[in-house]
Amino acid sequence: MELIFNQGAAGRRGVRLPKCDVRPFTASDLPASLRRGAPAALPEVSELEAVRHYTLLSRLNMGVDTQFYPLGSCTMKYNPKINERMAALPGFANQHPLLSQLRKGGSLCQGSLEVLYETERMLSALMGFAATTLQPMAGANGELTSVMMFAAYHKARGDQRRTVMLIPDAAHGTNPASAAMAGFDCREIASNADGDVDLDALRAALGDDVAGIMLTCPNTLGFFDKNVEKVVELVHQAGGLAYCDGANFNAIVGRVRPGDLGFDAMHVNVHKTFSTPHGGGGPGAGPVGVSEKLVPFLPKSRVVKHADGSYSLAYDYPQSIGYIAPFYGNFGILLRTYTYLTMCGREGCKRISENAVLNANYIRARLAPYYEQKFTRYCMHECVLSARPQTRFGVHALDIAKALLDAGFHAPTIYFPLIIPEALMIEPTETESKEMLDRFCDAMIDIAKKAESDPEAIKRCPLTMPIGRLDEVSAARQPVLTARPCC
Amino acid sequence: MPFIANTDADRREMLAAIGCASLDQLWDKANVPAPTSDFSMLPSGRSEYEVAKHLTHLASKNATELVCFLGMGYYDHFVPAAVSEILGRSGFYTAYTPYQAEASQGTLQAIFEWQTAICRLTGMDVANASLYDGGTAVFEAMVMALRSTQRRHVVLASAVSPIFREMLKCYSANLDCRITTVPTDDERSNQDALLAAVDDDTACVIVQYPNAFGTIEDWTACVAAIKARGALAVCASYPTALAVVKTPGECGFDIVIGEGQPLGMPLSFGGPYLGYMCTTSKLMRKMPGRIAGQAKDASGRTGYVLTLQAREQHIRRAQAMSNICSNENLCALCALSYMTLMGKQGLIEVAELCMAKARYALDVLSSIRGVRRVGSQPFFNEFVLELPVDAAEVSGRMVEKGFAAGFPLGRYYPERQNQLLVSVTEKRTHEEIKGFANSLEAVLWS
Repeated sequence: MELIFNQGAAGRRGVRLPKCDVRPFTASDLPASLRRGAPAALPEVSELEAVRHYTLLSRLNMGVDTQFYPLGSCTMKYNPKINERMAALPGFANQHPLLSQLRKGGSLCQGSLEVLYETERMLSALMGFAATTLQPMAGANGELTSVMMFAAYHKARGDQRRTVMLIPDAAHGTNPASAAMAGFDCREIASNADGDVDLDALRAALGDDVAGIMLTCPNTLGFFDKNVEKVVELVHQAGGLAYCDGANFNAIVGRVRPGDLGFDAMHVNVHKTFSTPHGGGGPGAGPVGVSEKLVPFLPKSRVVKHADGSYSLAYDYPQSIGYIAPFYGNFGILLRTYTYLTMCGREGCKRISENAVLNANYIRARLAPYYEQKFTRYCMHECVLSARPQTRFGVHALDIAKALLDAGFHAPTIYFPLIIPEALMIEPTETESKEMLDRFCDAMIDIAKKAESDPEAIKRCPLTMPIGRLDEVSAARQPVLTARPCC
Repeated sequence: MPFIANTDADRREMLAAIGCASLDQLWDKANVPAPTSDFSMLPSGRSEYEVAKHLTHLASKNATELVCFLGMGYYDHFVPAAVSEILGRSGFYTAYTPYQAEASQGTLQAIFEWQTAICRLTGMDVANASLYDGGTAVFEAMVMALRSTQRRHVVLASAVSPIFREMLKCYSANLDCRITTVPTDDERSNQDALLAAVDDDTACVIVQYPNAFGTIEDWTACVAAIKARGALAVCASYPTALAVVKTPGECGFDIVIGEGQPLGMPLSFGGPYLGYMCTTSKLMRKMPGRIAGQAKDASGRTGYVLTLQAREQHIRRAQAMSNICSNENLCALCALSYMTLMGKQGLIEVAELCMAKARYALDVLSSIRGVRRVGSQPFFNEFVLELPVDAAEVSGRMVEKGFAAGFPLGRYYPERQNQLLVSVTEKRTHEEIKGFANSLEAVLWS
């Protein structure tokens, strides 16, 4: 589509601003040496042109509201509409965050503080932890917060040797990247023949230089690691701490509490487990639950409830790692989380994980005859298949992904986890119907058959999308990252 | 339970297809431990109607009638209705990261347009798809400077937002670097002292423009001197101001970051907001975060892809430029649609209205007995007032009169106990400003 910068006409306006009811700005109010040379070349379009442009752009995307979106590890479940409406209530949306920091300011924000306090309480109960911070602004930000608390914990004990973070080879890339940003060196732990953490490899890696482990549970292969409690125990015995990457919490919510398995900290992506929208890649929120021993290190501020039922913000935590977010986390996203949790309640949370796991196993069973499964186990909320059988005909995971787009489905996650060649990671979520799962499986089976009978046709896909496969290599070699000046 | 489609009959059929007699058997076969909690501490679920009523009640417990003169990086600007309608398009908000470019051209083109718009506003060459917020953007800029220069020292102006500085302290606690904070000179950033702090190991100097006290300073000469010593010049900036003031690009900055909330985002009690980051073509490959670029398909059509991904965590893992995975995509779209609707002339008008009203506010407030402005430098829409008494006390009493009168600086600058930072946007009227002055006078003198 034509870029917005190439639309409209010089002098055209989209918005009328209020009249100036004071002495207008004049050139003498700002010395010439401090003025910009030429106006920023922003669009000059009418409101209709702007609205039409972005509406048309939005139609070039696949989204959950229009398509089945089985993007493994991303949990593209339905985003209830009431969440959006609650977050837009003026009482919440129009509050300046600094209001609460004015003298007696807490009394001006009791509704917001109650939302934060109750969300924390519910998340602590679901994850099985002593306390939860809502500060982290995304999942990766929650990971970083967790390992920064690990660093603070060891430092507070005067234990300076612990500079290594253990990370299984199936981990998301954010785990080693977060560990590095918290100043740790990473040591990779191999998976065993069942896709679980190899306990011998773990024992060999443990030592008094180990600060902790970052373990995704359920793991990125979509399995519940049979040894998870043993892993946590071994790490604890060696003096390390155990962090649970809760990216897959939606598979166990309402049933298993990672805190009860011995973990010391865990983040949860609210856009995965608690239905907040993905927004094309954020904003999210990544609350972190912690066991008793990490409570002193939680980020500031924290919400406290008083005997009279009122709430306030507290800052006096000398061992706290400090400020992860400018204020109280992504409040607007946390409001959606609270709305959803309040609707679900304890029974609803259990239903989420039950149906997510059932749906994924159903897909796994239906597709097993057509795609390779490296590990023949019951999976959790997602199943990882491999297109290795199809490579005999020159068809790869990428081609299958593109063929699915033509069939009207978003593609699964491909080439992750890295330890599965030609990976196709499928996550249906609990919100899809059996008929939809069947339609998707039928399409996957058709593609498998066609890969054999007419592989070239698969490799030409997609043909029905707004654009064909793009030349990513040239795009990275000679990057064009902004529109060229129009005149 | 709403949001779940499966009926009991569906579940029976599916369990049979996977060889399980019951859901409990499925959990067993998947090696999931038995529950250790009955979750009785959680409430039972409620209907949409009940939940909406509950939340509407909670929202009504918040004070929303106060006339807002609070700012400090987060501002009460007017947002056209069309912005939220655009964000509410399900193609945008129910999609995810555009890994499958053919199915995500809407998001990718929007990121490309956002990158263009923010570069044009800041006067820089390239931008990323966005970061979490202004504070994390400052931190990411610092890490980028440490990495590109292979130096370990950071010079930070204390006229950078104290909120950003607190975050920087938190995030850099475990990194191999040292930060020197240079005190302010009145309400100016003290450019001489900043330069004096630069040594051979200095990776970057981080300043704010307009600074945390609202002051606009010419950085051109200082930036040249910083660069002459091999350090990078980093600038945190209030995007609305850039519609009228000399751009960070014109001043010569290497990295420009900041808080994008003023570009159309509701204040929403602290988030979600938007970190933006722009830099020069030279430093493009050192930038963290997602970036969209133009590309061609086999038939020569122009489209957009995520590009330069070799910098990112899903490829580079521990060696990535950052751990950031998603961006604040919908917030970047918000800023893009806001800038589109305001347009070339509209954004200038917003900035000029802010400046005109702030000047009027300064006139009437500083004519109150015992109240004077701190400093005398050019400013954008914020200024510091010295009051005859404790500013926290005064702002507390102003709340009772219906005004969020500004931010008492003593919280972050102990030597500024009697100082109040006042912010004025285009939404404030002559009458509100006059009312503010009358109430302040009453609080101080009656």
